[in-house]
Amino acid sequence: MTETLIQVENLSRYYQNHRAINQLSFTLKAGEVLGFLGPNGAGKSTTMQVISGNLAPSDGEVKIAGYDIIDTPREAKSQLGYLPEHPPLYRDASVDEYLGYCARLHRIPRTAIKAALSKVKAQCGLETNGARLIRNLSKGYQQRVGIAQAIIHDPPVVILDEPTVGLDPIQIREIRDLIRSLGSERSVILSTHMLSEVQATCDRVQIIRAGELIYNASTESLNHRHEISCRIALRKVVNIEELTALAGVEQAEALGDGRYRLVFGADVTPDALVANAVQQQWGLYELIPEQQSLEDLFIELTQHEADNAK
Amino acid sequence: MIWIIGKREFVAMFQAPLAWVILAVIQFILGYMFLTNLDNFFLLQPQLMTLQNTPGVTDIVVAPLMQVAAIILLMVMPLLTMRSIAEEKRNRSLTLLVSAPLSMTEIVLGKFAGLMLFVLVLVSMLMLMPLSLYLGTTPDSGKLLSIYLGMLLLLGAFSAIGLYLSSLTENQTIAAVGSFGILLMLWIIDWLSESVTSGQSLLAYLSLLGHHESLLEGVFDSSDIAYYLLLIAAFLGLTIRQLDRERLL
Repeated sequence: MTETLIQVENLSRYYQNHRAINQLSFTLKAGEVLGFLGPNGAGKSTTMQVISGNLAPSDGEVKIAGYDIIDTPREAKSQLGYLPEHPPLYRDASVDEYLGYCARLHRIPRTAIKAALSKVKAQCGLETNGARLIRNLSKGYQQRVGIAQAIIHDPPVVILDEPTVGLDPIQIREIRDLIRSLGSERSVILSTHMLSEVQATCDRVQIIRAGELIYNASTESLNHRHEISCRIALRKVVNIEELTALAGVEQAEALGDGRYRLVFGADVTPDALVANAVQQQWGLYELIPEQQSLEDLFIELTQHEADNAK
Repeated sequence: MIWIIGKREFVAMFQAPLAWVILAVIQFILGYMFLTNLDNFFLLQPQLMTLQNTPGVTDIVVAPLMQVAAIILLMVMPLLTMRSIAEEKRNRSLTLLVSAPLSMTEIVLGKFAGLMLFVLVLVSMLMLMPLSLYLGTTPDSGKLLSIYLGMLLLLGAFSAIGLYLSSLTENQTIAAVGSFGILLMLWIIDWLSESVTSGQSLLAYLSLLGHHESLLEGVFDSSDIAYYLLLIAAFLGLTIRQLDRERLL
């Protein structure tokens, strides 16, 4: 499971004089779901396009399962499933026609096409839509067809560029479940600007800004690395000093109306708070963890860079 | 692979009404032309009998018909070729082909194969009219074959030029107008040559329809065939280059 499937080295890409990606290097291991996070215009889509061979890199190299995308494009592309930002659909074709065509383009033997088609339709929840024209499908279903197109040939690497944009919350949840199920057998790169998506689906997160990699860590360590903050509400009025004196509390802030915001150190659980509240009958009736660590980090990192740029 | 893309292109053409309409309109107009030519032939027949070395029914009915067909198709082919790449660019569905394990050459040849399949259907339908002459008379089979080949080569050249123009832009109308302009220019390019002596043979050689005429007369000159094949190869090469170049921009 430690095989490296994508290796990007010192990748740069210029549009005329505009630099979209600068000296980007990263790797993707087998069975990993990598979140590619960045504000709009950070170079996410450009990176995806270069990896999938739709754009030529200005400098550096991309290897997919050991095959260079420039020198051996055919071998490299056969290891890859790609869903671009705009799903490449033929609106006048039916779902079955379209997916069958995709299967043939990826050199799936004629006898295996039917099985591949029904498998991928089951995976993407398209069983009942086979005969419908793609243009008559809702956006969410078109997106599913796009994902189906990317995984029909069973590639070891799947690249999804903003797969949940423009979908309603239920569809987003379904697509996320789908991505997670893909991650169990394949490596996935997921590009997005939605932080919750990365937290919900990815093993590892990379933050990119202005074409440069500014953060790279596993999502798990991310949740632990940062201090945890909680909002609490008490029936009894308590002094701030009393709260800051509690074990593990680094900072306390009164929000009025019996509510407080407490910041705990890394890897601390609010045991002391709860024990004290019970003992001294503070009347604790709300304890809400503020799980926005990734969001905070994102804003912190991207803002910091923006300030530097000024 | 080329065949798979070609087949898909061919089917896609018939999923939109345009291909059907074009086939119907052309068939109708040329059917009418065929009848007029046939009528003329009956008028001329008594005079022809008195002459020696007279032109036959193929020369009087079929050759002029195909000459008109060539000019009509010069205006119609841009409408068919304009969508082949420009539409995919606009819908951003070209990514599907580019991300698949295919070379640019295979993609372009596949697109061209799709157009040629349509051309094959179109020309074969047109050739049904001359073939109906076998019911009443005996046309020159060699000439008919030469005419058939000539039409395929000419329309192949139209398709290759149209494909290239379609790869240059996202806008189908621009692709159609552009390829129409080039085709028209290549048609009239030798009109000048009669008054200008220097470079006359070059301009005459470049003319699209000039080479067609000799094939219509049943003259199978390998330089004419070479002209069309070179033209097709050149424009397909340009298309491949153009699509490859776009990845660098």
